[in-house]
Amino acid sequence: MFNYVIRRIFIAIPVLIGVTIINFIIMSMAPGSPVDMLISPQIPAEALAAKRIELGLDAPAYVQYLSWFKHLLQGDLGYSMITYEPVLNMILSRMGPTLLLMGVSLIIGVAIAVPLGILSARKQYSKLDYAAVTGSFLGISVPNFFLGLGLIYVFSIWLKILPSSGMTTLGSEGGFGDILLHLIMPVIVLTANVAGRNIRYVRSSMLEILEQDYLRTARAKGLKETLVINRHAVRNALIPIITVLGMEIPILFGGAVVIEQIFSWPGIGQLTMSSIMSRDYSTIMGLNLTAAVIVIVANLLTDITYALVDPRIKYSK
Amino acid sequence: MNLFERYFTGRKEPQLDTDMIWPEGDESSIKLFTRRFKKHKLAVAGLGVIIILTLCAIFAPLIAPYDPTTVTESFGAAPSMDHLMGTDQVGRDQLSRLIYSARVSLSVGVGSILIAVAIGTILGLISGYFGGWIDSLIMRITDMFMAFPYIMLILVVASIVGPGLMNMIIILGVLGWPGIARLVRGNVLTLKEAEYVKASVVLGYSTPRILFHHILPNTVAPILIYATSGIAGAILDEAALSFLGLGVQPPTPSWGNMLASAQSLTVLTSQPWLWIPPGVMIILSVLSINFVGDALRDALDPKNTK
Repeated sequence: MFNYVIRRIFIAIPVLIGVTIINFIIMSMAPGSPVDMLISPQIPAEALAAKRIELGLDAPAYVQYLSWFKHLLQGDLGYSMITYEPVLNMILSRMGPTLLLMGVSLIIGVAIAVPLGILSARKQYSKLDYAAVTGSFLGISVPNFFLGLGLIYVFSIWLKILPSSGMTTLGSEGGFGDILLHLIMPVIVLTANVAGRNIRYVRSSMLEILEQDYLRTARAKGLKETLVINRHAVRNALIPIITVLGMEIPILFGGAVVIEQIFSWPGIGQLTMSSIMSRDYSTIMGLNLTAAVIVIVANLLTDITYALVDPRIKYSK
Repeated sequence: MNLFERYFTGRKEPQLDTDMIWPEGDESSIKLFTRRFKKHKLAVAGLGVIIILTLCAIFAPLIAPYDPTTVTESFGAAPSMDHLMGTDQVGRDQLSRLIYSARVSLSVGVGSILIAVAIGTILGLISGYFGGWIDSLIMRITDMFMAFPYIMLILVVASIVGPGLMNMIIILGVLGWPGIARLVRGNVLTLKEAEYVKASVVLGYSTPRILFHHILPNTVAPILIYATSGIAGAILDEAALSFLGLGVQPPTPSWGNMLASAQSLTVLTSQPWLWIPPGVMIILSVLSINFVGDALRDALDPKNTK
């Protein structure tokens, strides 16, 4: 097992480096060189010119990449071209709200998808099954920004019971209850997506398991039906779901960009949109890279969990 | 059904007779496909919607009552006999814009998927067939592209390359291939071991001939299924990008940028005809395509015995 984890980490490293290279290439396409983005923009022009030569901006691209990468390893993502703040600080201060939003949506989404998918599979072709599958199709087909606007229309404008923007009420202390109220609508939107994507995964995974011989064996042993389903079927059906959950992370990041924009949620997504609008390329690139690193780490964790849970996987090769 | 058979068959389902697996006579594969597809009522309805939308997109100039970019006398007007779905804040006819938007959505959907499928299929074929370091290299590059959150990467590239319909198609296409490459590679790995492929190697066929004439035709079904849901995804992505102002730019109408107007509170509260119809159109088209994709999955499944 230990060897497997080590091997998996070693595969992740070149991918991580590759991600920084892709990021660097995209950065080079943006106006202003990537190394420029490392220099604090408050420095006067003459000093900047001297710094350019010192930093070797006339050097070939790979030398520039290496110098940028060296800064990166020290946690230096450069400075914002607009606010002159270090990009890393800006990202860290916005990370909390986004992780809260994504985490709650993921948990609720899975809590809906798993039981519904299992029930749907057990009662295949029943009314409940049709309803769950149709609901799942709706969840993946309704654009999240449209759902968000609809919710604002109904709950904020029409019924006036939920706040339409921000994470806390302006001017208030912003206690737990206040954040919870602000969280409801964005979470509903992201949850609809998560549940929509996963109901059918769980359902088809469960349908496959229900045909397995070992379930017939379990029944033949005289086990109760609930025991057969909960112990033997559900546990096995959920193993492939782990991988699917890993794939949810990058999708949720994308969803957060749109949703945070609509609900003015002060997280990574809103920062991404505002930096894009103000053409703050150093911040955009820092965000893009951070998101990619989080996704790679999440995938790594998913793979390791999968190996831990599924005894059929051989750890060594 | 003899005792032996009854003993070894499933608890509830009776064993399928061979007649059911191989229906009477030899039903042609197209007939079989149609029969299976037709079982999905929603998919048949979806196909109808897609056909209507396609016709609308092609014959938009003939159907639309107004030019989608021409400013008429009334602006922000509620639906009336002159303007069946009202006009937007600038005074353009909403119905005409909805019709013309079908062009944008369908061309982004189909165009970007064609690019993605072309890149993904070729890389997947090469990766799966040759294996070794070429395979590792291509698969690691695929991993790298998949590590970036898709929407975020598209936003970043769109902000650098610039918005517009053609750019949208290219960006979504060029960034959309990794999933297809993985899918094709997986299929090639299985097919490579098939007797008939080994036979063609022994017969001394050239590698491109084996790849494109013997392996590719047998991976068309999964690619088609993937591409169908890909079209739905691309339409959603284009809508999201246009909504955020980085996709198709006004005055060219797109359902996404028509919805962007609802970010203003007056439109959201008092002019619902401006934002509900484009949203419904997106749902309708994406839902239809997803239903069709699901039916295709069923109808093209070789394990399907019904």
